[in-house]
Amino acid sequence: MTAMDRSQGRVSRDETPEISMIPETATGNRGLQLEEPLIFEQGTPGRIGVDLAPVPETKSRLGGVVRKGPVGLPDLAEPQVVRHFVRLSQKNYSIDSGLFPLGSCTMKYNPRLNEKVARMPGFADLHPLQPVSTIQGALGMMHELGTWLTELTGMTEVTLAPAAGAHGELAGLMAIRAAHVARGDARRRVIVPDSAHGTNPASAVLCGYTVQSIPGTDDGRVDVAALKAALGPDVAAVMLTNPNTCGLFERDVKVIADAVHEVGAYFYGDGANFNAIVGRVKPAELGFDCMHINLHKTFSTPHGGGGPGSGPVVFAESLAHVAPGPRIRRQDDGSYTVEAVPGGPAVGRLKAFFGQAGMFTRALAYMKSLGRDGLHAASGDAVLAANYLMARLSEEMTPAFPGPAMHECLFDDGFLEGTGVSTLDFAKAMIDEGFHPMTMYFPLVVHGAMLIEPTETESKQALDQLVDALLSLARRAKAGEAEAFHAAPRYAPRRRLDETLAARKPVLRWTPPAEARAAAE
Amino acid sequence: MRYLPLTGEDRAEMLRVIGAPSIDALYSDVPADLLHGPEAFQAVAPGKSELQVEREMAAYARASRAAGDGPFFVGGGLYRHHVPAAVDHLIQRSEFLTAYTPYQPEIAQGTLQTLFEFQTQVALLTGMDVANASLYDGSTAAAEAGMMAVRITRRNKVVVAGSVHPHYRAVVQNQLGFAGIEVDLAPADPTAEDDVAARVDAGTAAVIVQNPGFFGQVRDLTALAQAVHAKGALLIVAVTEAVSLGAVESPGAMGADIVVGEGQSFGNALTFGGPTVGLFATRSKFLRQMPGRLCGETVDADGRRGFVLTLSTREQHIRRDKATSNICTSAGLCASAFTIHLAMLGEQGLTHLAALNHALAGRAADRLAAVPGLSLVNDTFFNEFTLDLGRPAAPVVERLAARGILAGIAPAVLDGVEADAAALQNLLVVAVTELVTDEDVEALASALTEELSA
Repeated sequence: MTAMDRSQGRVSRDETPEISMIPETATGNRGLQLEEPLIFEQGTPGRIGVDLAPVPETKSRLGGVVRKGPVGLPDLAEPQVVRHFVRLSQKNYSIDSGLFPLGSCTMKYNPRLNEKVARMPGFADLHPLQPVSTIQGALGMMHELGTWLTELTGMTEVTLAPAAGAHGELAGLMAIRAAHVARGDARRRVIVPDSAHGTNPASAVLCGYTVQSIPGTDDGRVDVAALKAALGPDVAAVMLTNPNTCGLFERDVKVIADAVHEVGAYFYGDGANFNAIVGRVKPAELGFDCMHINLHKTFSTPHGGGGPGSGPVVFAESLAHVAPGPRIRRQDDGSYTVEAVPGGPAVGRLKAFFGQAGMFTRALAYMKSLGRDGLHAASGDAVLAANYLMARLSEEMTPAFPGPAMHECLFDDGFLEGTGVSTLDFAKAMIDEGFHPMTMYFPLVVHGAMLIEPTETESKQALDQLVDALLSLARRAKAGEAEAFHAAPRYAPRRRLDETLAARKPVLRWTPPAEARAAAE
Repeated sequence: MRYLPLTGEDRAEMLRVIGAPSIDALYSDVPADLLHGPEAFQAVAPGKSELQVEREMAAYARASRAAGDGPFFVGGGLYRHHVPAAVDHLIQRSEFLTAYTPYQPEIAQGTLQTLFEFQTQVALLTGMDVANASLYDGSTAAAEAGMMAVRITRRNKVVVAGSVHPHYRAVVQNQLGFAGIEVDLAPADPTAEDDVAARVDAGTAAVIVQNPGFFGQVRDLTALAQAVHAKGALLIVAVTEAVSLGAVESPGAMGADIVVGEGQSFGNALTFGGPTVGLFATRSKFLRQMPGRLCGETVDADGRRGFVLTLSTREQHIRRDKATSNICTSAGLCASAFTIHLAMLGEQGLTHLAALNHALAGRAADRLAAVPGLSLVNDTFFNEFTLDLGRPAAPVVERLAARGILAGIAPAVLDGVEADAAALQNLLVVAVTELVTDEDVEALASALTEELSA
């Protein structure tokens, strides 16, 4: 290739360029692979990213408790800040970028209508401590959301306050505790299957209970005999996830419910997987006394890189009297009142104000959009997609349990045996194929677990692409390409990160370089 | 249905591959009498078009009086500040909005680096060594701090000062009560100095105070910290107005062991009370007792700097019933908004914004104190202060709302102060931010003049 060709950007097809351009920039940038320093490494005193009115002359009322010394924040102009966070955003995978088959996490499409609605001034620019006469619209919205949740679950009471699913678990257990205490029966033990989310036992302990774990059966369900043997008059509650974390419906749920109620305990439903059965099964009819619902999982509020969540809890008649607030009531004249803390034996305040109201608007917009028919279709499509993946992937991978699966399908690492490729290696290789990895090593009851949840918002084409990539990876692993797996990912903004180092020598914040500190002293 | 991509043909082909006759057949593990069709849910509506849904939700939105519709002085733990347009634009980027928890760090560096910057900002603001990647909100963070102090000190009582937000008091009392921890609530009295040091004994794990307090007072906590430490307990300081940290001495510099707070003021709208962003910071020696998610710096296989979630051996997904808390989420997106807004403010902007809030509040307090029949209760404050109306405040607040003025909060009607409601009934807590104009203050002053002379 001549110099002229290069200068004109031409490379003929049958010719290999003599010089491969490897950028040696100070920034480390390569094309759209942008290196981005910390915001603290970019400031220049004298810059500012906001406009503020002059400060009027007044005397200080701080009582002399004035901040001494600088906070230490960097000064930047608006374009620098925007560019910084746009560049950072480009290093994230998200559901809008592609399929996110994280089992038990439920990453479905987040409709933008929900975002538009949540930003209406009557919701976003509204203070919860305004007089009740001025927040009737928001209370009406919450009342309607509560009605949807009780109708879809067959329950009678709801609290919208919990800030996340695990907070909902805590609220439900508090109600159970309050109900026992109200009848003078202080029970101390909660039974949790060993396949449950770690939040279940943690929530129970936070509520003052001791936790007893019970094993599963060879077909991935709760061992009913072991559960019955563990029951006794000191058991306050049994917590069950249904569909469970192995992606299976607990067929014996009614038998379990009867046994739980027989000893005077309550039956807690972990509603993390409600999205598999919404519009088809009413949890109240399964015998649950209460259940939390992750609005983000079932009703599409965005995960936001790890929160916020929202975990309303629905209560059957058996626990309605102890359900915490806020309870929104519609009066005969159409106005709304609110019992923030219902009083009596009911559980006290769970969180300041009304809960995650911004999630309520998004979830309600989603429910209204789908309606009873759409929700029925959505849960069916989620289950269909999971079973389709399981059927096709079984060609090369080993399902942990026979189906039918619910909305997620579980594989173990049996197909990787002897290949030198671990579940983690397999997951990281998925990144190079352009997919977010599945959930790894959970549930703990399966060796090298891989839990895949496609959801109802993926097209068949997207599902097929995922299957083709996974089958190809499985074949390559079996063909002895372990080294390539160990080197993955190659095409991500970072190669494999050293998590051991991060834990052994925790660096949890930026500090000025030593020379800058010395100069300042 | 616009959100569901599968066609009838797709479904038929997928069922053929599975070898199932219908989607209902995939629910064969559900007992037949428990499996329903859509007709079993007659009480909920059928699906609607985007336009219809938007109209129905807009009708709800219009049925409330938004803060921006007129003079507005409501604070009490949530504050109406100007949020630069770029903040909402950035957090609405798909890659932030629709990402999951960064469990695969190689393709989540955007979220992780933002969290690392958030942790640094919170540590700097609070004057502490380390901060977590956020909790649900300030109130639950206060309860978590109480439980953390119990773990550290192996004592079982937490004292809550009268300066603490009534809702925070109620949340702490409720949550710690279920965990078997004794909670001693000092009276909510805006005129008394907190007498909490006298409540500390050999069984006390921690004292929780708020600064600026719920009624507005700003206090030097140094002596209290020393008194609390002398008895082997920890000092937990709650901050509900994060902007104040640009003007008021940091809790860390005054001797706090744990700082909790509400970060809503930076980057986040009022949103009817949530979601917001719980701040949690502490000293390095207590790091492993800290609840919540942590982002840490490390290197990748090529030696390049990167970030990961770390120290997860404290967390519920590993420790289950031995975990520091049951929390498995954060306020990620709200924390991102906080970080972006604070990055735009910078050192200059933060100190300027804090000074502006303080000065405008001072001017408003002077103007309102001139209204016949009322008096200013507290001599120190940041951007929120308490007025004694000389008559029950709640009805006055209602009547002013009917005139289009949201005058503030009548604390006597909040839960968390039940025992002190009678002593508080004449009080009105007024918040003034940079969004309050002179005209707003004048409108409130003249409306109060009329009300109190009636």
